[in-house]
This record gives sequence, structure tokens and C-alpha cells, in this order.
Amino acid sequence: MTEPKALSIHGLKKVYAGGFEALKGIDLTVEQGDFFALLGPNGAGKSTTIGIICSLVVKTAGAVEIFGIDIDRDFAAAKRLIGVVPQEFNFSIFERVGDIVETQAGFYGLRHEQAARQTEKYLRKLGLWDKRNEQARHLSGGMKRRLMIARALVHEPRLLILDEPTAGVDIEIRRSMWSFLREMNEAGTTIILTTHYLEEAESLCRNIAIIDHGEIVENTTMRALLQQLSTETLVLDLAEPLTEAPELAPYGVRRIEPTRLEVDIAREQDLNEVFQRLDAVGIRVRSMRNKSNRLEQLFVALTQSEGSAETLVHAAG
Amino acid sequence: MPQDDLSIPSSRRAVFDANLVAFRTLLLKEIRRFLRIWPQTLIPPAISMALYFAIFGAIIGRRIGEMAGFDYMEFIVPGLIMMSVITNAYANVSASFFSAKFQKSIEALMVSPTPNSVMLAGFVAGGVARGLAVAAIVTVMAAFFVEIRIHNWFVTLGMLLLTAIVFSLAGFLNGLFADKFDDISIIPAFVLTPLTYLGGVFYALELLPDFWRTLSYFNPIVYVVSSFRYGFFGYSGDVPVAASFLAVAAFAGVFWGLSLWFLNRGIGLRT
Repeated sequence: MTEPKALSIHGLKKVYAGGFEALKGIDLTVEQGDFFALLGPNGAGKSTTIGIICSLVVKTAGAVEIFGIDIDRDFAAAKRLIGVVPQEFNFSIFERVGDIVETQAGFYGLRHEQAARQTEKYLRKLGLWDKRNEQARHLSGGMKRRLMIARALVHEPRLLILDEPTAGVDIEIRRSMWSFLREMNEAGTTIILTTHYLEEAESLCRNIAIIDHGEIVENTTMRALLQQLSTETLVLDLAEPLTEAPELAPYGVRRIEPTRLEVDIAREQDLNEVFQRLDAVGIRVRSMRNKSNRLEQLFVALTQSEGSAETLVHAAG
Repeated sequence: MPQDDLSIPSSRRAVFDANLVAFRTLLLKEIRRFLRIWPQTLIPPAISMALYFAIFGAIIGRRIGEMAGFDYMEFIVPGLIMMSVITNAYANVSASFFSAKFQKSIEALMVSPTPNSVMLAGFVAGGVARGLAVAAIVTVMAAFFVEIRIHNWFVTLGMLLLTAIVFSLAGFLNGLFADKFDDISIIPAFVLTPLTYLGGVFYALELLPDFWRTLSYFNPIVYVVSSFRYGFFGYSGDVPVAASFLAVAAFAGVFWGLSLWFLNRGIGLRT
């Protein structure tokens, strides 16, 4: 017998009361143990999809199964397997940190002693144990995010869904959250992530779906998706200023600043040759980096939306 | 796999137990909420009732003398207790549920396996808990002014409980359909307060002219207050106590059914 998928969606449709068709019959599967990215511009249907999986949104048509359990047949059983970290803070800021997590454990039927044990486990893991008696309003933005993760994990879900989990947190906290999520995934938890930070998806996820205007426009492995890129743009910081860009055909070279060049390199081309030719004309390179996140370029190409791309570029910066 | 195996309850009994834990969790959360804000929830009714007893009872009451054969101060005690229960049970659920909706903390409950019936029962039990807590406070306050005596414990406690349930459910329905904070103050201000004041708390219905007396029988709070007063004194005017019980229980059933029907269809909560 084959192992059921962590998430299996067939023909999922959502038409809101005003007639807006948020999902146009999407199909999506996520394997057990996967770290899966669901990306899309604002309003593409990501949050609607997650909302349906978690019962915050009522679907118009289609089927959703969580580890083989049809949500129309036994939603309660399916919900016991899911942990959700929503995009917006959704706890009472006047409640104590420990109470917020322990109460959630109670909603999943964990008795007091077990709920208290699980609360301690995840508050410690997420560095919030010292704050357990403080009201949530006294936490920093990063701590509030971690509180939502602790709350989502307290009943040991097999599928963790994170909707923009690192929005608005600084880079240090973001990296530590990535590390934590990797650990969770390695321990066996299937993770689905939506994010505006494409670097985050590229760094963490093995498989990816891109949703746009309520339709899945790409659903593949991260590796296969990134291989679709035919060229990369490198930014070179130079030791000495230049008055104009050197001629390096067939490579496209642009002078951005007196000490900065951009070079377009196709996948089959050789980076060593670029450096040899720069060296030959007396140009010394101090440092080099990718111009932008590679996934971002693909994302823009797939969604074909200038407004969305602009939003993402700013967000990714 | 995650380290701790908190597996899915496999039997109906295990599901029932899990739901019971969820109910108790929600009830305790609701009790914690109104205790945390006790200056807003428990003190104001005590102050209002002390003022009612002092002004209507001790000061004006002396001039009024007797009402339906009872000392006026004694006469108004059951009505005042019931008035506090009605307003507090209603306000607790409407405010708590709407706040949870407004700040989206209700989502934490919605994503959990807690059934809608347990969610409803938890919020209603929270309203009942506050209603009973306030009833106890007001009764203690009243005991400073009059001697409290109970003619029929079953009627007194039964009506107290049923009334707290009915108005908690009404508060839930209000919170479910409210879109802004104004929406949870309109019904208490324009419906509940007038009906309560005209519900025989401060006077016996037989004092009213025929027209107003007949009209009063369309006010459901008349039945609640009169039956509760019967529990204290064995006097309910011409309001039939047994029928009142049935009517209040029927209201509870209808409000419960309606609330659950709306919840199961996602009305007011799910998009």
C-alpha cells in the first residue's frame, strides 16, 4: 500500500460572496517529509488555499486530504495532524505567553499535565520560556512570531503550515527560525511555507508550487525550477574605477558605477574565461555576488506581473 | 517523526474525552478573561446594585412602603439580581466572542479539532460563569440591606441558570453577527435595558393600567423576573412559573440550535 500524501488537493475552487474566484480548481500534492514552498504574488490564492486546509475558509468545490483523511469526511481528525502559523498575529495580546500555548494544547485535547509539558518543551525550544509569565503584548515582533510557532507545534503536528513566518523579522531571527524549521523537517515534520522572501524558499524548500490568479502555474522541484534559468547576472566590485565598460563579447557587460560592473553569463559559459579576459585588460575584481535571487527571476517570468515583481524585489531586499 | 506521539483519539470515548478537555480549556480561558479585567466585569455591577439598593430601596423605598405585600427593598432584590445576570451573561459572551473575532484569536480555536458545539458550549459556559459570579456578588450586597430568604431553591437556581444560558446564547449570536464594536452595544442599549427596566424589576405588574399590563406580557423578561421572584417569596403575580420555565428553556433550545446552525455553515465566522 502506498504511503498517503501529506497533502493532496484536487480541483479546489473558491468563489467568494462578491463573485471573486480566488481558486480556479487547483491540484496540488505534498509528499510526507517534504519542505514545500507555495509562492505567489499578493492575492494569488495562497492564503485562501491555506485557509481551506485549516478550515478558516469554506471551499466552493474540490477535495482536500491530509495524510489520506478527507476533510469532508473527518475534518477533526485531519485538523489534529496540522499546525498553522498564520501571517498575522492572532493571539490575545493581554494573555500570558504560557497560557496562550497551553490553551492551544487544551483545544487539541491534551490534558493539563501533558499540555504543560508540551508548552514548556516548545517555549524552551523557541527561547520563550523566560517570558512565559509575561503578557504577549510585551514581546518583540520576533518573539511574537516564535510564540505563534510554539503554539502551532504544541500538539506535535505532522504537517506544519507557515504563512509568511518571517515577515517583518530581522535577518538574525530569520536565520535562526530557518535553522529551527530545518531541524523540525529533519525530525520528520512535513512543512509547507508561503513567503515573500524568495531567498527563504530557495534556501529551505525542496519542492515548490507557484500560484497566480488562482491557478498553479508551476509545480516542480526547486532544483528543476532553478535549472530553467538560462543566464545569471553577476555584480563585480572592482579595485580601480573605470570610465567605460570593457568589451567582453559574447558576455554582456554594463558599467553600473565607476567601480562596479554587471556581467551576464549563460549557464554553459565559463566564469574563468571572464576573469582571464578582465585580467588581460588590467581590471582587478575585489568581490563578486549574484545580482538578485535566482528564484526571483523565475518567479517574475512565471507570474508575468510587473506589480508583483516590484513588490517581491522590495520585499526580498 | 516528532518525538512525542500525541496520536489521534481512536475511539468515540477518546474523542469525547478530548472534547471535554477542549471545553474545560475554553471555559477556564473565559473565566481567566473576566477575572483579569475584574474592575470592568465584577466591580461595576456591585457598585450599580449598591446604588440601586441605597436609592430605590433605602431612600425612596421607605416612602413607597410595600409592593405586592412585600417590603419594597425586599421586592426589588430578585429583579436586581436577575438584571445583573442578564446584562453580564450577555455582555461577557458578546464582547469576548467579538473580540476574539476582531483580533482573530478565534482562529486558534477554529483550526483545532474542537467541534462547533464545544466551542459554543465553552463561550456560553463562560457567560454563565460570569452571570453566576455577579449574581453571587449582588446577593451578598443585598444581604447587607435585607434578609435573603429562599422559598424554592429549585426554581431560584433553575431560573438563574436557564436565564444565564439564554442570555449568553443571545450574546453569542450578537457577537457572531457583529462587524464592529458598536454592534455589540446596540442591542444591550436599545433592547435589553428597556426590556429589563420594563420587566417588573421595580414594580408589580398589577400596578399598571390594563393596556400596559397586557403589553408587558409580551416582554420575555417579565417571566424571568417574576419566576425568579417566586423562587424567593413564593409570589409571581399572575405569571405562571411552570410555563415560564418551559418558555425560557424553549428560548435556550432555539438560540442554541440557531447558533450551531450558523456556526456549522460558517456564517459570521468563516469566509
